[in-house]
Amino acid sequence: MEVYLKGFLIACKGIPATVAVSLIAIVLGAAFGLLLALCSQTKSKILQVIAKVYVDIVRGTPMLVQALIMAYGIPWLLQSWGIAFKWDDFGGMAVPAVIVCGFNSAAYLSEVIRSGIQAIDKGQMEAARSLGMSHGMAMRLIIIPQAIRIILPAFANEFVTLIKETSVLGYVGVVEILRRGQLWNSSSFETFPAYIGVALAYMILTIPLSKVINGYERKMARKESAA
Amino acid sequence: MSMIEIKGLRKSFGDLEVLKGIDQNVEEGEVLCIVGPSGSGKSTMLRCINRLEEPTGGEIYIDGELITDKNVDSMRTKMGMVFQSFNLFPHKSVKENLTIGPVNVKKADKKASDEKAMELLSRVGLADKADEYPRNLSGGQQQRVAIARALAMDPEVILFDEPTSALDPEMVGEVLDVMKDLARAGMTMVVVTHEMGFAKEVADKVIFMDGGYIVEQGTPEEVLSNPKEPRTQDFLSKVLI
Repeated sequence: MEVYLKGFLIACKGIPATVAVSLIAIVLGAAFGLLLALCSQTKSKILQVIAKVYVDIVRGTPMLVQALIMAYGIPWLLQSWGIAFKWDDFGGMAVPAVIVCGFNSAAYLSEVIRSGIQAIDKGQMEAARSLGMSHGMAMRLIIIPQAIRIILPAFANEFVTLIKETSVLGYVGVVEILRRGQLWNSSSFETFPAYIGVALAYMILTIPLSKVINGYERKMARKESAA
Repeated sequence: MSMIEIKGLRKSFGDLEVLKGIDQNVEEGEVLCIVGPSGSGKSTMLRCINRLEEPTGGEIYIDGELITDKNVDSMRTKMGMVFQSFNLFPHKSVKENLTIGPVNVKKADKKASDEKAMELLSRVGLADKADEYPRNLSGGQQQRVAIARALAMDPEVILFDEPTSALDPEMVGEVLDVMKDLARAGMTMVVVTHEMGFAKEVADKVIFMDGGYIVEQGTPEEVLSNPKEPRTQDFLSKVLI
């Protein structure tokens, strides 16, 4: 039993890295995802196409591949152009990892945000505009605050997904939960306990979070039916 | 100079022409009621006045100033709008519904806006609901708040788009009473309505619309009691039992 506990505790050492990357990435993803959602809603065809192509590319490729391109491909490309570039000079390998995770979840979140915005009754925008608000002000004061309540559960679910997906970052040099387990496995050869420990470390993050989301959704549903 | 001048207003949705050339003036202090069967274009006409619908043709002047894409936001501050489905902001308290426009659009002082909001809520009989959220109010109460919200912007005219059509019958009266008070206080009002009693009592002018045209217009007496046009007679015989 002791060896399982050890495996779990070693995997837990990766939790700060996993949580930090996930948190920064979700904030980055939310901001960039909102921008994408707004682009896809504008009248400008060019912005619509850019947003659409971006989302298609990101959703159509594995995050591991994106991470490899960002972490190793881009420095290679820049070096081949004669530009001395190393991620280590820009804060280490966690930087491309966070960028990839953030831009990746932006593509998913933009869809979530877009559907949240579209779920708001169009009378809300009309009422805001008839008070003399510009489109931007109406979005900021009236539409987005209401959309956030709707999208919060989907947003939190994306965060849970993101926590699990950061497991690929071990391949680009981030020592997160999975990488801790792998490193311990390769020195101790306790393969089963190592990976069970990794799984448990992810679970203590994701399961409580999912429970909180479910509770929030139930609370919202009760509020809706009471209204 | 008329407060609102509508010249040659046309509106099409795709191939469907809903307004086929409307000319109409609204004078300061006047209450204009627009009646007609559904699909006659009356709500579309109202929504074209403050550009919630983009007109396909024609011009609209407020105080002699042409509404354009450029000035539409500032022109809208002169025109309050009351919707059939209230459209209160559900994430804001009743009082905040009244202050959000003045504070953010007109950059009015927060405290002065709060005081004015309370004054307006008293005027519509809802001062005790200031800190409630719209979902806790009845339909009639919500619509009175919506009228107060429009008033909070100090508009020169208020546009009403079937303000009582979504209400339970027992709540229609309280909303019409507020509107009657406004009319008596000299507010310029354009009201799309099915309430013929209200139109008879309050309107200075009634227009009957059908098929995208103004078919008949005049005093309530002329249009609602002694209509000349067969289409008006036919419509009124159906709604006035």
